[in-house]
Amino acid sequence: MAVLVLAEHDFGALSASTARIVAAAEQLGPVDLLVAGQGVEAVAAEAAKLAGVEKVLVADSAALSSLSPEPVAALLARLAEPYSHIVAAAAATGRDAIPRLAARLDLMPVTDVVAIHGPTRFDRPIYAGNAIETVSSGQAKQLLTIRASAFRPAASGNNAPINPVDADVAAVARFLAAHRTESDLPELSTAQVVVAGGVSFGSAEKFALVSELAKVLGAAVGATRAAVDAGYAPNDWQVGQTGKIIAPDLYIAIGISGALQHLAGIQGAKKIIAINKDPEAPLMKIADIALVGDLFEVVPELIAGLKR
Amino acid sequence: MKILVAVKRVVDHAVRVRVRPDGSGVETENVRMSMNPFDKHAIEAAVQLAEAGHASEIVVVSIGPKQSNDVILTALAMGAHRGILIEADGRVETLAVAKLLKAVVAEEQPDLVLLGKQAVDDDSNQVGQMLAGLLDWPQATFASAINVVDGGLEVTREVDYGRATVGVALPAIVTADLRLNSPRNAALPMVMKARSKPLAVRPAAEFGVDLTPRLKLEKVSPPAERVAGRRVADAAALVAAISSELSELEAL
Ligand SMILES: Cc1cc2nc3c(=O)[nH]c(=O)nc-3n(C[C@H](O)[C@H](O)[C@@H](O)COP(=O)(O)OP(=O)(O)OC[C@H]3O[C@@H](n4cnc5c(N)ncnc54)[C@H](O)[C@@H]3O)c2cc1C
Ligand SMILES: Cc1cc2nc3c(=O)[nH]c(=O)nc-3n(C[C@H](O)[C@H](O)[C@H](O)COP(=O)(O)OP(=O)(O)OC[C@H]3O[C@@H](n4cnc5c(N)ncnc54)[C@H](O)[C@@H]3O)c2cc1C
Repeated sequence: MAVLVLAEHDFGALSASTARIVAAAEQLGPVDLLVAGQGVEAVAAEAAKLAGVEKVLVADSAALSSLSPEPVAALLARLAEPYSHIVAAAAATGRDAIPRLAARLDLMPVTDVVAIHGPTRFDRPIYAGNAIETVSSGQAKQLLTIRASAFRPAASGNNAPINPVDADVAAVARFLAAHRTESDLPELSTAQVVVAGGVSFGSAEKFALVSELAKVLGAAVGATRAAVDAGYAPNDWQVGQTGKIIAPDLYIAIGISGALQHLAGIQGAKKIIAINKDPEAPLMKIADIALVGDLFEVVPELIAGLKR
Repeated sequence: MKILVAVKRVVDHAVRVRVRPDGSGVETENVRMSMNPFDKHAIEAAVQLAEAGHASEIVVVSIGPKQSNDVILTALAMGAHRGILIEADGRVETLAVAKLLKAVVAEEQPDLVLLGKQAVDDDSNQVGQMLAGLLDWPQATFASAINVVDGGLEVTREVDYGRATVGVALPAIVTADLRLNSPRNAALPMVMKARSKPLAVRPAAEFGVDLTPRLKLEKVSPPAERVAGRRVADAAALVAAISSELSELEAL
């Protein structure tokens, strides 16, 4: 049976996580990719290029203009019947809509899947990633959210057909305002290189050193919860159990102690570099490369050195 | 308005849990337990709504073993009026939790149900959304601000791209993020007073919800271990190390 994947997008472009979810979902069966929203022709065209997609379904309506969970879950419920699996990224849209859908269909979902062992067997982290549980399901249909950073992206170069579907669903909540963090840096959750800073920077002005270093490296910027709470960085930069979960090839942590809630967000990082004045900080003990030093001296030297 | 708040007793967030050698789960014997941190923010939000004159009654409910009394008492000490403990031993899946909460909603008829956005043990992030689905109520998850406007709520939500504000009519489901507020520590007199507030203990069986798990837990394993790497002496050495990492990435 086929798999229905809900695409993540920002109405203008497909999110980088979608290619990863499609590749993960291909392990479960042939993939139909659903693009829901309003004015999403460009997103659908991009979606049709992803390798492994059999067809793109487009649900275009005003009720879907903010991808609120109520109409998205209603739409998925209507489309669910022929599919063995309904899958979304473990990001805002999927996190909200998949459990809501599950309750409507009387199914137990599996959220934040990091490994697929077969059509009904999955791994998911618990206790902030300090343990991994393997669960299997005897249910007729599997509803999943998948951690994008745990999977490689699907290739491009496909030309799947695009089919409109009935998008007549009711909007429930009123969407009032979006506050997007403007940034020309790569998307944090799928970036290859991430530079992150902690509360030790002391001010938003000084935290800008992190962005400056990130620019030189073409990296995304991350922050600890303490740094976000202090107002040095926007909330969508937070990395950790309650922020974004990332798996970059290279993670550079500056003035970050390495609390377990923070480590939960970077367990998938291939290489970790840490800079901290305290050699005993927990992160220094697991870093692949560590430098003991004062960040206010080290970071400007790094920026200057790497520019050359 | 009347508010129902769901709270869960979990392994304290500061405890580093260990996986049992036989892979049956994590060690929970002799481990400090406390209220799920997100649920503290949910209770605080309810108490603030009451203090501002928007809420008249706060009922707190927990599903779990009889020791979950502790977290209900914590909530009562913070200012909730009344508690309900639904006694259930062993793991109760999120779908069953949501169904039990639905049954409580049917009895209590609240205008607002507040929950944490996730529980720090299973990290499922499901119960609020599922309850909203079962009731067909609007949901506003990951709330970092709640305002009462025209008899409804304006909720600011933490989302992937920053923040978003939604308006929801009541009744509604809201799940709390950490930035919603700073939960109070209940002063001793409040803790004493909490003991005299009503707390109903009811067996889960009373609610007619099938608690049979849908998922089979096959095993629990520890994550891949990370070990310390090398130390470099100064920024110049780090520049060299980062440059070589980057050229390796480019070669891929
Ligand atoms: C064999 C087995 C396998 C399982 N496998 C999975 C699985 O693969 N995926 C999965 O997602 N879950 C699984 N579960 C369910 C899960 O383990 C939890 O026990 C579930 O009941 C609660 O999930 P949570 O704490 O993560 O809730 P969350 O959805 O993270 O909690 C959100 C909020 O809901 C409220 N809440 C949650 N539980 C309670 C409670 N008991 N009382 C009062 N309020 C509460 C709190 O306000 C909390 O902040 C499994 C259970 C069993 C028995
Ligand atoms: C339920 C819950 C969920 C949470 N979720 C998250 C989450 O998702 N993400 C997250 O990050 N946190 C989370 N936290 C918070 C977490 O527990 C830590 O408080 C936080 O990660 C600490 O951030 P920090 O490393 O910036 O600050 P600190 O722990 O204060 O560490 C600062 C570090 O900077 C070093 N330092 C100071 N000055 C300098 C200098 N001049 N040069 C070099 N080094 C210096 C210090 O030695 C220290 O190691 C959560 C907490 C709870 C309770």
